[in-house]
Amino acid sequence: MTQNPSQTQSYHLGVVRQFTIMTIVWGIVGMTVGVFIAAQMAWPALNFDLSFLTFSRLRPLHTNAVVFAFGGCALFATSYYVVQRTCHAPLFAPKLAAFTFWGWQLVIVLAAITLPLGFTQSKEYAELIWPIDILIAIVWVCYGVVFFGTLVKRTVSHIYVANWFYAAFIITVAVLHIVNNLAIPTSLTHSYPVFSGATDAMTQWWYGHNAVGFFLTAAFLGMMYYFVPKQAGRPVYSYRLSVVHFWALISIYMWAGPHHLQYTALPDWAQSLGMVFSLVLLAPSWGGMINGIMTLSGAWDKLRSDPILKFLIVSLSFYGIATFEGPMMSIKTVNALSHYTDWTVGHVHGGALGWVAFMTIGSVYVLIPTLFNKKQMYSESLINTHFWVSTIGVVLYIAAMWIAGVMQGLMWRAIEDDGTLTYTFIESIKATYPYYVVRVGGGLLFLIGMFIMAYNVFKTIYSGEEAEAEESISSESAVGAAS
Amino acid sequence: MSTGWTIFISVLVIGNLIGVMWLLLATSSKKKTESSGPTIDGIESTGHVWDGISELNHPLPKWWFNMFILTTIFAAVYMYLYPALGNVEGSLKWTQLNQLEEQMEANRMDRAAYFSQFEGMELTAMQGNENAMTTGSRLFANYCSACHGSDAKGSKGFPNLTDGDWLYGNSEAMITHSILNGRQGVMPAYEQILTTTQIKEVSQYVLSLSGQQTNDALAESGKATFDMQCAACHGMGGEGNQMLGAPTLADNIWLYGGLVRDIEATVTLGRSGKMPAQSKLLSPEEARVLAAYLLSKAN
Repeated sequence: MTQNPSQTQSYHLGVVRQFTIMTIVWGIVGMTVGVFIAAQMAWPALNFDLSFLTFSRLRPLHTNAVVFAFGGCALFATSYYVVQRTCHAPLFAPKLAAFTFWGWQLVIVLAAITLPLGFTQSKEYAELIWPIDILIAIVWVCYGVVFFGTLVKRTVSHIYVANWFYAAFIITVAVLHIVNNLAIPTSLTHSYPVFSGATDAMTQWWYGHNAVGFFLTAAFLGMMYYFVPKQAGRPVYSYRLSVVHFWALISIYMWAGPHHLQYTALPDWAQSLGMVFSLVLLAPSWGGMINGIMTLSGAWDKLRSDPILKFLIVSLSFYGIATFEGPMMSIKTVNALSHYTDWTVGHVHGGALGWVAFMTIGSVYVLIPTLFNKKQMYSESLINTHFWVSTIGVVLYIAAMWIAGVMQGLMWRAIEDDGTLTYTFIESIKATYPYYVVRVGGGLLFLIGMFIMAYNVFKTIYSGEEAEAEESISSESAVGAAS
Repeated sequence: MSTGWTIFISVLVIGNLIGVMWLLLATSSKKKTESSGPTIDGIESTGHVWDGISELNHPLPKWWFNMFILTTIFAAVYMYLYPALGNVEGSLKWTQLNQLEEQMEANRMDRAAYFSQFEGMELTAMQGNENAMTTGSRLFANYCSACHGSDAKGSKGFPNLTDGDWLYGNSEAMITHSILNGRQGVMPAYEQILTTTQIKEVSQYVLSLSGQQTNDALAESGKATFDMQCAACHGMGGEGNQMLGAPTLADNIWLYGGLVRDIEATVTLGRSGKMPAQSKLLSPEEARVLAAYLLSKAN
């Protein structure tokens, strides 16, 4: 390999630092809103009869905040970090990277203003009105330029697997976002979608499901592929497994959207495809879990002592659970029971809290000392406390919603021999009440965990022990060149 | 959908699955170890290192490989049996509309079999029949309670069904007619016909019919207006008319409230009550059982 021409350059970590800190901030904001609306489900009076505090306005704020603000900042931070480290090159167009930070924060702030005021496109996970959608598209294209530009500038010949996943995520989310938000504006705050009826529903869930598939799965697999082997200090388990599961995952995910529309006006053939492709998706999904968990071979003992590794590996376990549960729920007969119940909510949070948030938290704990030039996190025992508090929180949350969901599904379909429904709808709500209360408790524990992390991060940055001077790129490309 | 779209969908679907299977088989058939290749601790590796992360090249786990093949075979079989490739209908000829029709038909048969036990039974006999009363209460909870309340006591604008006061009468024919065909109750608005003073007067008079505290002077002067404008439907003494669904005004039961301001509002703006027809949801037999249940509640 030729000599690295940029020996004096160092990595652009400023933008990574900014996104990492905002990950924690938006995580706390988004989850606080989540706990509040969970409490509203149990105690509806908590909307105080104020329009901007009603569940219908705050629910999209919660989902947008945790997915796009918390998850989004985590993905920007880690992808900018990982792509530099594994390409052995500084960011391409660092000023553009800085623009993506401020642009993305502006998107989040605009969302936090418009959603409670009731401005919405009424598309789930794509509620933001068209001017904000345009801003997102612009920021996203810049993100792509920075990421792919850095890939092109790499000083190692091969592209690391984490970057395949980040790359697929950036391209696909751009396509999903732009197509699903195609609309004809009627005013600054209102527009009509170009699609209508079942076509609009299909486009929406093609978007919605792949937002899960690429934003919350593929991209976080990218995060996993860097931080798990890094923290475990072990090589990735299998290159060929990563090749098969990457291509299978990104191609098959594309078809799975219609499983959100089983037994609706969507044509039968599309419903069937949604179901079978979801089932075929099980193996490609688990490929990532196997590759992550088996990377620990030969270092299993670290799971006992390293709480950060606990976060990462338990995250993969929740990923395995959620990606098994998902295909099962897409089967028509199961879906006929689970659809419209809180089971769906439990499934989503198994993935969102258990997989996405745990992976993010683990990665942030790895990143913070590196980014702020510290030897390690301020307190390892606080990380351990955070791990157990949030694990109990997730388990309470998803167990409550599983039970509530199956119960609701069974109550809604129970029929007497005279043909009448055994239960009225309000009876199913009454029966769900205790589970709603348990859910608030689970969510609250998870939120407390986030505050523990925020404290630990604060102490690390302001009083942690300084590490040796920052590594320069050239000292590392020697390692890369050794291959 | 045109044949072109069907071909487009089929090519994409089958192409995607074949492509993935090809990749799976091609990757798994690679020799486990190539003698010349790089290794880490004796395990085959790719020899690549990024930021200190190296990469092993374990073979695909057998159970995972098998699971992938099995789910893909399941998908192929399912797509043969059920509609999946555009216009191509599955070999089972299944559609969700057929499934709905079959289940609805099965439900209709079950209900018919169950309700045959009440055939020819008088409503009074049904009131002593445990099955009829249980079924009646369930029918009420499913179809009626949303408006009339789970205790059947109604609310403003929705008649109380337990007070023995029947707008359209309590015969079997009348109650089942109300249930199956619905009712449209109309009280015309008088704001264009009567003066504000006349409305105040007639409202006082209406109150006096059920022996309420009134302003006697106003009530006295309202009688003439009542006889002229209201008696045609409500009767000279406010006894009502079940043929028209005109409420009795001589009792202290008020569908839209019995305060002076409620009555004045009713006279001024009129009222429109709508009982929706249930004939698409309930059979005549079910309506009879429901009628018997309602009579039992009103007793």
